[in-house]
Amino acid sequence: MNIQHHLMDETLMAYAAGDLDQATSYLVATHLALCPTCRASADLADDIGGGLIEDVEPVVMDSVSFGNVLERLDAPGSTAELPRAAHVGDNPILPEPLRSIVGGDVDAIKWRRIGPGVHQMRFDDIDGTSSIRLLKIAAGSSVLEHGHNGEELTMVLTGGFDDGDQSFTRGDIEIADQDTVHQPVAMQGEDCICLAMTTGPLKFFDIFGKVAQPFFRI
Amino acid sequence: MTTATMDAGTPDGAAHVMHLIAQDKNKEAFKVLFQHYAPRVKGYMLKLGTENSLADELAQETLLMVWRKAEQFDRSKASPSTWIFTIARNLRIDAFRKLNRPELDPEDPALVPPAEEAADDRIDRIERADIVASALKELNPEQVEVVRMSFYQDKSHSVIAEELGVPLGTVKSRLRLAFGRIRKILGDELE
Repeated sequence: MNIQHHLMDETLMAYAAGDLDQATSYLVATHLALCPTCRASADLADDIGGGLIEDVEPVVMDSVSFGNVLERLDAPGSTAELPRAAHVGDNPILPEPLRSIVGGDVDAIKWRRIGPGVHQMRFDDIDGTSSIRLLKIAAGSSVLEHGHNGEELTMVLTGGFDDGDQSFTRGDIEIADQDTVHQPVAMQGEDCICLAMTTGPLKFFDIFGKVAQPFFRI
Repeated sequence: MTTATMDAGTPDGAAHVMHLIAQDKNKEAFKVLFQHYAPRVKGYMLKLGTENSLADELAQETLLMVWRKAEQFDRSKASPSTWIFTIARNLRIDAFRKLNRPELDPEDPALVPPAEEAADDRIDRIERADIVASALKELNPEQVEVVRMSFYQDKSHSVIAEELGVPLGTVKSRLRLAFGRIRKILGDELE
């Protein structure tokens, strides 16, 4: 596997800075699990944060603060580790942290049909200005042609899709914005499962899309 | 080693202090670390608009978490300042959201390892963080401004664009250029 389509550096910086909303952070963190290149860039972005914290104007702590912490050092306490999904074998298809919000690997995804050959699972508990969903496009099928009111990041988890003259396979990210109108087509041979993040509703040109949109909140 | 000779103000000194905390649960070492980092973490929280008592509390929680997780600190993976920054950032995010910050799991069997050792893995993370910290000083003022607004003010790119009165694409390209410049400086140092 060789990832061709990466996250933008400014997105990795926003993730390091803690500026991304929850939904986008899930997509970024899941991509990082699959992409050593972006992981190295994300480490570099963390180093920028580390450099800035050395550089920040120190502000004197309250006089009792050190004593308060000292008293708590020997008490057991949480290390705030993230809850993780139960072990799912040696070769899970969904990486963390996505697996934890699905509640397991691909067989735990609760699909809902939204059109011919297309299923989705929404994640409504995740807050933020953007939203994420898993999409499954049957091998050889396509989603309706659509435009965007905002940004759309789509990451492939299984199979792949073609969009114009570009191809996307596991780990690849397609970035679309207001100026993009497209109709990705799943490759033959395997259903394409993707994680998609959108900052605004899609724009459909087809009557089916327009009718289905309010029902499926796409 | 006595407190007098411990120094958390240099990257190597801080790494040594971290080592004493991890190995011996050394409270003198923790005090040295606290004195250096707690006021900086508090300053960081205040810059992000956190109110004073909460900023102090989050700085306390950050240092407490550093103590609890000290054994996980690995100088081959991160410098002390980078590691402490990530703990502070995550505690701040977790304090304001119903779900914790999503992160990859380093033990995940689905994690794809690097094909080969990346060039910048050949140098010590502490040295690397030091290079990045000095590279920040070489950015032009417009780049520094957007980097600071992003890290210190918790502002999305579109909010930064609005406040600076420039198009969103300009904010993104300034951040990208800043990042590219830091990466280039790091790359040059490695050659």
